[in-house]
Amino acid sequence: MTGAILAPGSQSGARAMETAAVKGRSLWDDARRRLMRNRAALVSLILLGFLVLAAAIGPYLTPYSFDQISKDDVWAPPLVHGHLLGGDSLGRDLLCRLLIGLRVSLAIGVVASAVSLVIGVAWGAVAGYVGGWLDELMMRFVDVLYALPFIFFVILLMVTFGRNFILIFLAIGAVEWLTMARIVRGQTLALKHMEFVEAARAAGLTSGAIIGRHIVPNLLGPVVVYVTLTIPGVILAESFLSFLGMGVQEPLTSLGTLISNGALSMDQAPWLLIFPALTMVATLMAFNLIGDGLRDAIDPKDR
Amino acid sequence: MLRFLLRRLLVALPTLLLVVTIAFFMMRAAPGGPFDSNRKLPPEVEHNLEAKYGLDKPLGVQYLTYLGHVAHGDLGPSLKYQDRSVLDIIREGFPTSLRLGVSALILGAVVGMSLGVAGALRQNSSVDHGVTTLAILGVCIPTFVTAPILVLVFASTLGWLPTGGLSDIRSYVLPVAVLALPQIAIISRLTRSGMVEVLRSNYVRTARAKGLPERTIVLHHALRAAVLPLVSYLGPAAAGLITGSLVVEKIFTLPGLGKAFVVSALQRDYTVVMGVVILYASLVIGLNLLAEVIQSVLDPRMRLS
Repeated sequence: MTGAILAPGSQSGARAMETAAVKGRSLWDDARRRLMRNRAALVSLILLGFLVLAAAIGPYLTPYSFDQISKDDVWAPPLVHGHLLGGDSLGRDLLCRLLIGLRVSLAIGVVASAVSLVIGVAWGAVAGYVGGWLDELMMRFVDVLYALPFIFFVILLMVTFGRNFILIFLAIGAVEWLTMARIVRGQTLALKHMEFVEAARAAGLTSGAIIGRHIVPNLLGPVVVYVTLTIPGVILAESFLSFLGMGVQEPLTSLGTLISNGALSMDQAPWLLIFPALTMVATLMAFNLIGDGLRDAIDPKDR
Repeated sequence: MLRFLLRRLLVALPTLLLVVTIAFFMMRAAPGGPFDSNRKLPPEVEHNLEAKYGLDKPLGVQYLTYLGHVAHGDLGPSLKYQDRSVLDIIREGFPTSLRLGVSALILGAVVGMSLGVAGALRQNSSVDHGVTTLAILGVCIPTFVTAPILVLVFASTLGWLPTGGLSDIRSYVLPVAVLALPQIAIISRLTRSGMVEVLRSNYVRTARAKGLPERTIVLHHALRAAVLPLVSYLGPAAAGLITGSLVVEKIFTLPGLGKAFVVSALQRDYTVVMGVVILYASLVIGLNLLAEVIQSVLDPRMRLS
């Protein structure tokens, strides 16, 4: 009886699967499906969307500007004089400064990660594909840069070229590409012996075209995951620099600058430390959880 | 083994040379010099100073001279502090930084590994979820956030520990805790994932089938393989501790080497900057080498040929 009742159901189930198979699910469809089932990653995605939106349009919605000094609002506690999150040592609105700081930190995170992405992928793919002495030379160079303590390198760059906003992007990006290059090289080594690459070579494609059209698109999975995990790393690196007094310059601000200023006055105005710190932790956490979720989604065997 | 070590050392030397070269020319490309101050020195005085330290020679000559000195173990005099050599400054600051870093690494390894093993043994229990959460939080909360909060609680409010400075052993408690926290997070995560994988492997099942006690299986069979990824983390960990100690030394006003480096870089004290870079680069290179050796001892698959 039960078997007879179940049978039609399982048959329609099989039919449904057949149609799904006809439609075809790409690797990325699968990955998206798995990502959406990961609750932590989904919540982080929404949170991150909210943070990005707040950083993009939030500063225009506050009644104050981020560099507007006001004598009456010095150390104003939260909710006083229309300052939702209070005022800082110069009476500037913390909410507005926080949103600007978030915008700067996010921008640095994304741009520097993009720099590291471009350099790292190009470097790793060429080294891995060409191989031989060129590979040896290029990866040895990466090893050398690895041995240079990162923070010293960036401090030296800052000292050398001054505290330039664009330079912070470049400096951090220029250091973060190392791991990317190693990951990409490893993947390329695995890919280059695959049949489709051989087929492309047999078809007479040049090495450059094979790298650009066949190798790099197939690297995307691990690269996307690593970029998501690089962004919080970069935000953290920038805030370390700001904390050491080598980040963005006043009156412009970043999360790191806000936190280090807040730490100085945490006895009389703890809100100046608490709100930026919470924002920072939320941002970093969102990126990390999304990165973890993506890794599980794209490469399920690592779970 | 000996041949491997020799070959690695042969590679390490040019690496160090390149690091020195990059740092040397970057430092020199920086605007300003060590003798700039608010009061402009008379040109003759400045010229004499430069002549004394050999800074008036062409850059290439200075570079080669410097390399020659370093090869003899001579890091030169400080350009900012009269009568003090770079070695003096390193000798003054390094012990503090080293004590901080080593204590933090040991604390991080012991606590992190215990947490990681505990999480892996009771997968998906509340203990496991607690460890995973801690691992993520530890990576996401930067040291310069944890440090002021811990100071506020344990120093300013409770008064148990000093807020900063270096008086007795209690001065180390908060800085080490702050430095160790991210290490605990990363190490517990690495240990947990390594352990989870190893516990599913065939040889652990074999050990179980032989009827070995769980304790022996975990401590002797599984842990040994599970710590492998940890060993290769040694190099990056050292680099992370160096960065962390820059911040921690600033917050807790500890007289360490990190602080000396930042000050020297800003003051263009070329020789001190170079000395510190050489020291830390050697440390990172050395620890990476050590990691490879340990790995080959622990893992027969990685035996060096």
